[in-house]
Amino acid sequence: MKFLGLIRANLFRKKIRFILTIGSFAVALFLFGVLAVVRVAFSGGVEIAGADRLVVINRTSIIQPLPLAYADKIRRIPGVKELTYANWFGGVYQDERNFFPQFAMDVDNWRKVFPEFDIPEEQWQNYVKDRQGAIAGAATAKRFGWKVGDRIPIKGTFLGGVWEFNLDGIYHGTRQADDETQFWFQWKRFEEQVPAQYKGNVGWYTVKVDHPDDSLRISRAIDAEFANSPFETHTDTEKAFAAGWVKQFGNIQFLIMAIGGVVFFTLLLVTGNTMAIAVRERTGELAVLKAVGYSDRFVLLFVLFESLLIAMIGGALGLGLAKIFTLGGDPTRGLLPFFFLPGKAILAGLGVTLAVGAASGVIPAIGAMRLRVVDALRRV
Amino acid sequence: MVRVDGSGSSNSLISARGLSKTYSRGGEQIQVLQALNLDVDAGEFIAFMGPSGSGKTTLLNLLGGLDVPSAGSITVAGDEITHMSRSRLTQWRARHVGFVFQMYNLIPVLTAFQNVELPLLLTSLSKAQRRQHVETALGVVGLSDRIHHYPRQLSGGQEQRVTIARAIVSDPTFLLCDEPTGDLDRKSADEIMELILRLVKEYKKTVLMVTHDPVVAARADVTLHLEKGVLVEADRLQTVSSGGAR
Ligand SMILES: Nc1ncnc2c1ncn2[C@@H]1O[C@H](COP(=O)(O)OP(=O)(O)OP(=O)(O)O)[C@@H](O)[C@H]1O
Ligand SMILES: [Mg+2]
Repeated sequence: MKFLGLIRANLFRKKIRFILTIGSFAVALFLFGVLAVVRVAFSGGVEIAGADRLVVINRTSIIQPLPLAYADKIRRIPGVKELTYANWFGGVYQDERNFFPQFAMDVDNWRKVFPEFDIPEEQWQNYVKDRQGAIAGAATAKRFGWKVGDRIPIKGTFLGGVWEFNLDGIYHGTRQADDETQFWFQWKRFEEQVPAQYKGNVGWYTVKVDHPDDSLRISRAIDAEFANSPFETHTDTEKAFAAGWVKQFGNIQFLIMAIGGVVFFTLLLVTGNTMAIAVRERTGELAVLKAVGYSDRFVLLFVLFESLLIAMIGGALGLGLAKIFTLGGDPTRGLLPFFFLPGKAILAGLGVTLAVGAASGVIPAIGAMRLRVVDALRRV
Repeated sequence: MVRVDGSGSSNSLISARGLSKTYSRGGEQIQVLQALNLDVDAGEFIAFMGPSGSGKTTLLNLLGGLDVPSAGSITVAGDEITHMSRSRLTQWRARHVGFVFQMYNLIPVLTAFQNVELPLLLTSLSKAQRRQHVETALGVVGLSDRIHHYPRQLSGGQEQRVTIARAIVSDPTFLLCDEPTGDLDRKSADEIMELILRLVKEYKKTVLMVTHDPVVAARADVTLHLEKGVLVEADRLQTVSSGGAR
């Protein structure tokens, strides 16, 4: 590209301005990246929730239990493919701040319902045989430096006592957004150790259906089955539950869009103004280019390209920094299982960068294109 | 031979017929050129003089295809340029015209070499060929030792010589110089004039130049005066503007 020298020389014409403009883009896109991370942190669960999974909880409240006897009744409802269940344990490992979710789970059907979690078969088999066994998500294992074979003591909260577990395996999510912070142990052990008044209960059921389209009908059928019983149920898709959880924090999506919108609008004003000044101060030079034979279209593209280039350098810098920022992992140490900058957000960021770069360059570029040599040389 | 009476032969290099230019300013019409005729043969060196505002720059801009006349026609080397589209005119300029303005000629962020190379980037010449042309042009203007200097590192006279190198690098049909020495001291102005004379004598360039300086104008083959919108030959000036204006 023989015009590269011309473009490069123009970029560095005013070094401070160049750096400040690039900096504006970098800061804005860094913020964009961080907002995207926050958005995923809150809504990541909604996006990855299985469309073909229903969650059945106690209608009164999620902390009220459901009878284990419901399992067979739910299985008999047409359209139900698999069913598994778990209890919330809520124990503390070493320190209250070391939060991660612990489930007493049903080993028989768990993996059929949650195929996204990948565990080496040998580890799984050891776990199934080991009543004291446990499986940890890769993120949690990494966080505490656990290795398979470690013995892990967890203090029960509402159940009391210290529960010791053998770490038999570590699971990985097969998708980037899969939650790798969970800690599983056998529901049978839980059942054996809890006081009599807690026995025969599960915290919730997760049901896999044959067809996602059938979800509504099956949800209604389940809830109808247990209507007017002492333990009425509330069934909804996993997605709806995840979305309900996010709603507790207010309209995060809107907040993020609002902040992002203001940031990019400001960026547009700043860079649009900068480009306009940059073009105005070289009116004479653009006229000379045209006089010696550069076409109007060339001058248009020349100005536009410069604007896009500045935007892309700054934008890539900002997104790169945002990515580096997330590589360290969740800064809240476990409260945000979805803490990463998704590839889609990076692409969206680059798209917005290009759009702002083009928008801020287009008016000066058209002005440069329309510039008449005779007027320009007379004006200066 | 240069003519201003519209009687030039059909093989003149540049031929303007009935050239008029009217500007409207605030509803008022200003007739700058009024049915002007001009014929220039290849290899001639012409100086235009005239009071400020008489339309010298306007005429040069029309001849160089930077502006279009209100009426009349301009033919250069057989091409009628008055009806060309803006983009064709741009291409035509690149091939046929070398410009030297009074100021603001060079791009400050480019070196002398890069400034001179600008017109060549539009051609299909290879990098090596471009380099050779640029070095030759800078050699002609005597700046072989300033190739990688930026405009701010050059004197006014040197800057103007770079401009001349840029104007001749693509070997255009003719050169248009609008007060090329207007911003320079006497010594630099003389050097630039020597250079332009050499271009005419040695390299057989056709040069049309506007100047306010009679000393500079005296070096040209012919001096034409712009008076009331038409051109008048210097030696006939007295008879035309009789009444003792000068
Ligand atoms: N774009 C324009 N709009 C209106 N009037 C114009 C325009 N361009 C030139 N003029 C007028 O046309 C006249 C001739 O201008 P021109 O620049 O050709 O004069 P000149 O002989 O080159 O003067 P100078 O010696 O000062 O350079 C002037 O009165 C000028 O004000
Ligand atoms: Mg002038």
